[in-house]
Amino acid sequence: MNFLRVTLIRILYAAILLIAVLVLNFSLMHAAPGDVADTIAQAAGGIDAEALEQIRREYGLDQPFLVQLGRYIGNVLQFDLGYSYFYSDKVTNLILSRLPATLLLVISAQLLALVVGVVLGVFSARKPNGILSHFVTFLALFGYSAPVFWTGLLMLVVFSLMVPLFPVAGMRDVTIEGGFFVQALDIAHHLVLPMLTLASIFLALYSRLSRAAMMEVLGSDYVRTAKAKGLSPRQVVYKHALKNALSPVITLAGLQLSAVVSGAVLVETVFSWPGLGTLAFQSILARDTPLILGILFFSALVVIVGNLLTDLALRLVDPRVGGKR
Amino acid sequence: MKHLFKGLIAATAVASVLVGTTASAEEPRQGGTLKTQLGSNLRTLNSAVQSGIVTGFPGAQLFASPLRYDDSWTPQPYLAESWEVSADGLKVTLNLVKNAVFHDGHPITSSDIAFSVKVIQEAHPFKSMFAPVTSVDTPDDHTAVLNLSHPHPGLMLAMSGQLMSIIPEHIYGDGQDFKTHPRNIEDVVGSGPFKLAEYKNGEHVILERFDDFFIEGRPYLDKIVMRIITDSSARAIAYENGELDFGAFESEPLIINRLKKVDHLTVTPTGYGAIGALDWLAINTTKGPLADKRVRQAIAYAIDKNFIQNALMQGTVQDSNTGIHPDSPFYNADVNTYALDLDKANALLDEAGFPMKGDERFAVTIDYGWPSAKPHVEYVRAALKKVGINVEVRASADFPTWAKRMGTMDFDLSWDAVFNWGDPSIGVHRTYLSSNIAKGVWSNTQGYSNARVDELLDMAGKENDPEKRKALYAEFQSIVNDEVPIYFIQTLPYHTVYSNKVMNAPVNGIWSTSSPLDQVWLKE
Repeated sequence: MNFLRVTLIRILYAAILLIAVLVLNFSLMHAAPGDVADTIAQAAGGIDAEALEQIRREYGLDQPFLVQLGRYIGNVLQFDLGYSYFYSDKVTNLILSRLPATLLLVISAQLLALVVGVVLGVFSARKPNGILSHFVTFLALFGYSAPVFWTGLLMLVVFSLMVPLFPVAGMRDVTIEGGFFVQALDIAHHLVLPMLTLASIFLALYSRLSRAAMMEVLGSDYVRTAKAKGLSPRQVVYKHALKNALSPVITLAGLQLSAVVSGAVLVETVFSWPGLGTLAFQSILARDTPLILGILFFSALVVIVGNLLTDLALRLVDPRVGGKR
Repeated sequence: MKHLFKGLIAATAVASVLVGTTASAEEPRQGGTLKTQLGSNLRTLNSAVQSGIVTGFPGAQLFASPLRYDDSWTPQPYLAESWEVSADGLKVTLNLVKNAVFHDGHPITSSDIAFSVKVIQEAHPFKSMFAPVTSVDTPDDHTAVLNLSHPHPGLMLAMSGQLMSIIPEHIYGDGQDFKTHPRNIEDVVGSGPFKLAEYKNGEHVILERFDDFFIEGRPYLDKIVMRIITDSSARAIAYENGELDFGAFESEPLIINRLKKVDHLTVTPTGYGAIGALDWLAINTTKGPLADKRVRQAIAYAIDKNFIQNALMQGTVQDSNTGIHPDSPFYNADVNTYALDLDKANALLDEAGFPMKGDERFAVTIDYGWPSAKPHVEYVRAALKKVGINVEVRASADFPTWAKRMGTMDFDLSWDAVFNWGDPSIGVHRTYLSSNIAKGVWSNTQGYSNARVDELLDMAGKENDPEKRKALYAEFQSIVNDEVPIYFIQTLPYHTVYSNKVMNAPVNGIWSTSSPLDQVWLKE
């Protein structure tokens, strides 16, 4: 019951926060000099004064700020995210068409980083001064500090140019004909490099965190008790310690869900991955207010849902979370 | 240049089939998929409502225009098999090919021409192209007569490339807004050599051969796959490893020079004359010391173009000294090149009444609107320092921020790039007419005002005699070169890259990929 109540309150807060995010960002976009008519002129390679005015009139950009804001919020409350000025399409269409690619990339990279990161972290925690431990520390530092676009380009140069194993760009090879299996294999083939690149940042986070958490847990009383009971080291580590060491990792993984938009932008750009990140980036450059706000709205939703799911997962692995019992 | 307007005066143009491409000794092969790229995401596929090189590429494949141009800037028949201009220059008659149909099988008739002109007048960013067209008569299905309020020689180029896309009235005439029409991005019904198979925003445009195209046997390719790859380094690798066969508008000197060394690739700057992209230093002629012509000339003498062209751009650009692209038949090469001369620059500044005080005469700011122009403005800052002009570089957060500054003339100096778009009346006049001062980005943002220039441009815009017109533009170029409202630097380094299996790549025309690829074929 408690969980349900907390959840409802959180959803209410989230809704208020969401509107605040939209108003704030709308105001920020409006305060910036220039508007989407300028970027449309840029895409057109020039524009006549008359046509420039026409665009501003048609999109209501010549209206007072409050009128524009009121109109926008009104539409959002009716679940209408509006029309992208720049891409001549409905904002919802654009977001939904880009979402699967980003979800595929981010989730696969997260899972890879999570599994490999936790395994590496646990192994190195068992022997904090072993070679593996030092290697993990090095890998983590490298993965975290190397700029992700550089890692991406390096991957491209090595695995697409020098040893041409993987394609350079995009999500599929449209010249390939074949059924579902062939297509899926093709997408997986395209996915490898961007996934590895994106996973390299997360891997660093997870391996460091799980190593630290594991070391802390291994030093705690109940582990000593378990050892004293005569359990095998394997049972102690994987059955007793790991479960508790995982909770900070899960919290972090949940927070990283916001990377659906933010973290993937550079990777998507380098690999021309047709996801939400590049769309967000391009819509900001284009000053395409309805599209930017639509993506923000959407990513806020993802974060909220992600946090709820994280809570749920934490309750499953860690009975201390959730209070009353 | 002599035959520049031969088609305009007496249009007895015979349907020549080889247009704007290299004649190849080999017999073209049917079939194959051309793998190519778009360097940024598309706004729309409908080139009747949107200009620009990105929409222009698929646009010119999906939609045919009445004319096309060869590399000597001579109009050639395309959707119009012949055309004539009346003696007074007020009527332009287009005789359409008889067998042309849209991709859905509807015949292309003169009423579609009239409709397309109307759509372009209402929704295209370039208003000047068809502004003098008062009405279009359609005496029969295959004859369209454009009635003009005054002679308009610029119309010929405006009827070619991506500028006059013939779109179907039975699709777009349903009362919906032309710019936001849903058929602009899906189920496009065009008139060109290729039809739309699939468009995915941010991913690709796939075009397929249109079997009932009005030119027998064309196009040669079965398919064109245009992948949207915004990262230039990724594109470079894709050319090298064969993922891309062909691409245009590559503009990074490092990448251009690297790809030139790859055996199976040809990298060339030809074929961009009508796009006419010029790179220059804009000067606000209304501000402080910059209002003095001698100061502007001094700035020109103090900047070493050689350094910009050869060190910064690594020899990938063409020199350009006027507001018209050097490939254009109207280019006047007989002007001052402002070769580096610091003594002259100092003398001119002294003469203008800005003596050296300590190590400074006066201070100005310089703007730039995109990252690749940063080295240029940093160089200008260093160069002008030598003659006592202190320059502060002002960065803009993004393009619209810069565009706003330019459009409202809130700048002293700025790096800028402006496109000619074929005829000077389309892309050149706008920068110099005193009636177009501070009307948004890429208007007359220099605040330049010269009664003789206004007069010359007005006359040249209406002069149907090619030689007289050329003379008017020559005088115009001499004046702006002398008065330096803009210090003309170079062309943009646009290059086309293609593998050696791509034959008849569109590099010998004037419109680059804003022209149909119906003659391109692939070697086995």
